[in-house]
Amino acid sequence: MPESSLEIKDTSCSSSRYRMSSLRQYSQSSVLPLPMTRNPYTMPTISAFCTEDNVSECISYINREVSSLGFPLLCTESNNGPELNLVAVLNNVYNLLQLHRRCLQTVEDIEVEQVKSNSNMDYLQLSNTRLKDQLELSKRENTGLLERERQLQLKVKSLHNCLKNEKEEVQKLQSIIASRATQYNHDMKRKEREFGKLKERLNQLLIDKKDKKQTFEVLNYVGRSDGKRSLWKTGKTEARHEGEMYKTLLNDYDSRHKDLLMENAELKKVLQQMKRDMVTILSPRKPSQSGEKHDDSLEQTSSEEDEVCDSSRESLELSCEHAREQLTNSIRQQWRRLKSHVERLDSQASLVGERANMNAIPKEVHEEEMDRLKLEIQQYKDFIHTQQQLLQQQLNSPCDDETASLLNDCYMQEEKERLKEDWKSFEEKRKNFEAERRNFTEAAIRLSHERKAFEEDRATWLKHQFLNLTPFGDQMKPQMSKSQSALSGWAESEVRPMSTPAKLNKSLSHTAFSTSRASPAKTPSTADLYRTHRLIPEKSPSTIHPKQDSSILRNDDVPAQLRHVNGGANCRAYTFTGDRIGSI
Amino acid sequence: MNFSEVFKQSNQLCRVSPDGKYLATCVQYRLVVRDVNTLQILHLYTCLDQIVHMEWSSDSLFILCAMYKRGLVQVWSLEQPDWYCKIDEGSIGLVSSRWSPDGRHILNTTEFHLRVTVWSLCTKAVSYIKYPKACQKGIDFSRDGCYMALAERRDCRDYVSVFVCDDWHLLRHFETETQDLAGVEWSPNGCVLAVWDSCLEYKVLLYSLDGRLLSTFSAYEWSLGIKSLAWSPSSQFLAIGSYDGKVRILNHITWKKVTEFDHPASINNTKAVVYKEVERKPVVGSADLSIQQHITMGSTLFNTQSKYEICPLPVQVPVVKPDLDRANPKVGVSSMAFSSDNRYLATKNDNMACVVWVWDMQRLGLLAVLEQTSAVRCFQWDPRRPRLALCTGNAKLYLWSPAGCVSVQVPAEGGFQVQSVTWHCSGDSLILLGKEQLCLCYMEVGEEEEEDDDVK
Repeated sequence: MPESSLEIKDTSCSSSRYRMSSLRQYSQSSVLPLPMTRNPYTMPTISAFCTEDNVSECISYINREVSSLGFPLLCTESNNGPELNLVAVLNNVYNLLQLHRRCLQTVEDIEVEQVKSNSNMDYLQLSNTRLKDQLELSKRENTGLLERERQLQLKVKSLHNCLKNEKEEVQKLQSIIASRATQYNHDMKRKEREFGKLKERLNQLLIDKKDKKQTFEVLNYVGRSDGKRSLWKTGKTEARHEGEMYKTLLNDYDSRHKDLLMENAELKKVLQQMKRDMVTILSPRKPSQSGEKHDDSLEQTSSEEDEVCDSSRESLELSCEHAREQLTNSIRQQWRRLKSHVERLDSQASLVGERANMNAIPKEVHEEEMDRLKLEIQQYKDFIHTQQQLLQQQLNSPCDDETASLLNDCYMQEEKERLKEDWKSFEEKRKNFEAERRNFTEAAIRLSHERKAFEEDRATWLKHQFLNLTPFGDQMKPQMSKSQSALSGWAESEVRPMSTPAKLNKSLSHTAFSTSRASPAKTPSTADLYRTHRLIPEKSPSTIHPKQDSSILRNDDVPAQLRHVNGGANCRAYTFTGDRIGSI
Repeated sequence: MNFSEVFKQSNQLCRVSPDGKYLATCVQYRLVVRDVNTLQILHLYTCLDQIVHMEWSSDSLFILCAMYKRGLVQVWSLEQPDWYCKIDEGSIGLVSSRWSPDGRHILNTTEFHLRVTVWSLCTKAVSYIKYPKACQKGIDFSRDGCYMALAERRDCRDYVSVFVCDDWHLLRHFETETQDLAGVEWSPNGCVLAVWDSCLEYKVLLYSLDGRLLSTFSAYEWSLGIKSLAWSPSSQFLAIGSYDGKVRILNHITWKKVTEFDHPASINNTKAVVYKEVERKPVVGSADLSIQQHITMGSTLFNTQSKYEICPLPVQVPVVKPDLDRANPKVGVSSMAFSSDNRYLATKNDNMACVVWVWDMQRLGLLAVLEQTSAVRCFQWDPRRPRLALCTGNAKLYLWSPAGCVSVQVPAEGGFQVQSVTWHCSGDSLILLGKEQLCLCYMEVGEEEEEDDDVK
């Protein structure tokens, strides 16, 4: 809308401009639709207007016209009539041309403006229609709302009526209920009375009735639970009962009174203690508060306090009204002061709290702490250093001092156990080896026997061979060769290892292999050997093996040797543990 | 925890003698007296008809068996098995029979509450008390057995008579300011008598032994009022449960309200612990079973196991919306019980039937809430320790103590459903009553520590 209004203003402005130059406008507007007939300036030919004949008239006409339009005259009056002033003419022509151009310009402007205003107009018309529609719509809505309001008002009215009715009904119902309740109560009472009467009657009838009376059969009477005999009812019993009743009541009140007294005393004690605490809390603050306005009153009250304190302490036993009042008052006072004190402290704390963060005191503390910590760190570093040194020493000389050995006790234990296991396996091995050795010796003996036999055989055989050359030797041959071939096959294979005993020492596997061949019946022992052999590298470092093995195999008196090995192992264990520590 | 074998019983009639030595049970028309420890039958008495009511005398020497339909009462002696006593009320009828505190008199209330007949076993004397009122609790004996308060109704007005039990001498007789008196109850020290009005009006009157009105308390008007009332064992507190689901505690000095315990449907009291019973199928060897469950599991593999879980707050308690159009709606606090040491109060609100609330009387606040899977039938405090036993009509027994909660499967066969529980006076054993059976449950000494392990 503001845009459109602006445009409207604009157009109005331009319209005023139009009016200013109404003349030109007229001429132009009239010219535009009919350029051929009306516009004299744009005429290509002036034949219609000026001919050879009417030049002077034309000139005079033009002159007149021009003068009327306010241009300088074209002719100057001279002797021989009016004379055309060429300069003036040219000037006029130029002026006219200028004018013409300006007119064209304005025409263009106006055209543009008109287009603009036309569009403006269209827009305004459009908006106008739209607004009209809106107005229509809102009018319609308005009427609708009005209608609804009316309806709602009607509804409210009806609801009001309903409410009123309901209220009335509630009241009615309430009154009904009330009346019914009274009626019911009345009826109840009547019924109850009747019921009572009936009961009475029934009672009477039942008492009077003869046929089925109450019966009471008891084998024999039992004594009273308290063992006493029942007493006659006399005036005394009543008094006694009353007395007993009041006794129980009195006892109850007594006990309650005692409880209350005790509670009271305890509470009083608590109060006293509280008061004392308060006094002690508040009294050391006095000097610090000396600069403050509370000072005078404080001292006053403190002196009072002491008095009250003493008096109340005395009156604790008396517990009279006055003392109690004093006590409570003093407590109240103290409490008030404590409260104010705490509040003041709070406010101070909040003020100080901000300052305290950058205070010098914590800095000092910090520095101290830092120094302390640094010192500690240094100490620990020294510690670590000495420990490292000690460790190094241990590594260099594992067995030299007792402390190291003590330290290594645990490792020793471990090593010992391992060695025990090793010992066991050695023992087994030793047994196996002994058995094998026995086998070997037996085999060797047998071999030597056999060799002897073989030699003999050979000798005999050679003899036979020799004798074979003789014609009667053929009959003996097959038998002898058979037995000897069986023997020789076995002996040949066996001779080689026996002849080179050094080979046995080379490796266990070899010996095992050879023994297995040597005595096939003894396979379990070899299996054992295998097993122990396999176990050894798992259990201890490989460097120990060859020595152990060799020692077993080399020496005949095995137990002694093993003992020696054991000691050696111990020694080695030290070195190993040392190594381990070093690596750690 | 050990369980005895199951015995037969009828009409839920099973009582332990006041001295704690004998157990009397009724099976139809037979009365069986057993030794509590050995459970061997000591005496067997045969009554004339099915026993409806049975009661021990205070000195544990006599047992009273009442057969209301016949108007008959039979009394048996433990010392002299051949001694007998038979009281026939005749055509006047019988609705209630009870011992007097001395154990030598029997008070029979006749039909239509015509009168109360007092029979003496010592002298064969008969006394009548007229106009007893038919109400919730019309007769109450003081704890020491000296006095009896009796509610009466004459000429549409309520009266209370105080008798001396020794010789039935009328000590006091006074009218109460009640519309329709519902009950009377002595304080445990026997000095204050609480009298309350029927549920139509919330009103509690406190009378001294000598008949003076000490105080009147009324919490609200126009709505259903008092449903239950309980004195603390020290007589220090009077708890009043009402139909609005609240318990109000009065003190014994000013008789003003000390506090009010509400039973809200959503619990967000951070100081309270909510134990929820969770049922599950038996899983053998799961680590979190309680010890008791482990013990009992062997015999009850086919029953569903249950255990307590602690619920994080807030907890929504299941609430049953009562039918308010019917009489005696299931709302309000119907049962309350103080523990023997006065420290705890257990309550049950009827529209939250599955929940038992335990309140701390020192803190005067909610301490624990036990949410069961089914409606709680009965709960009772251990007479010696702060320990609460409850049952919900299934084969389980539930125990609460300040340290925790435990559920125990009753290892009886044949669907033993615990309908009610009663503690032995020593607190060492419990009597579990089923529909037709009963079973004893022995607590072990020093077992509290064990049972508490369940919830931790």
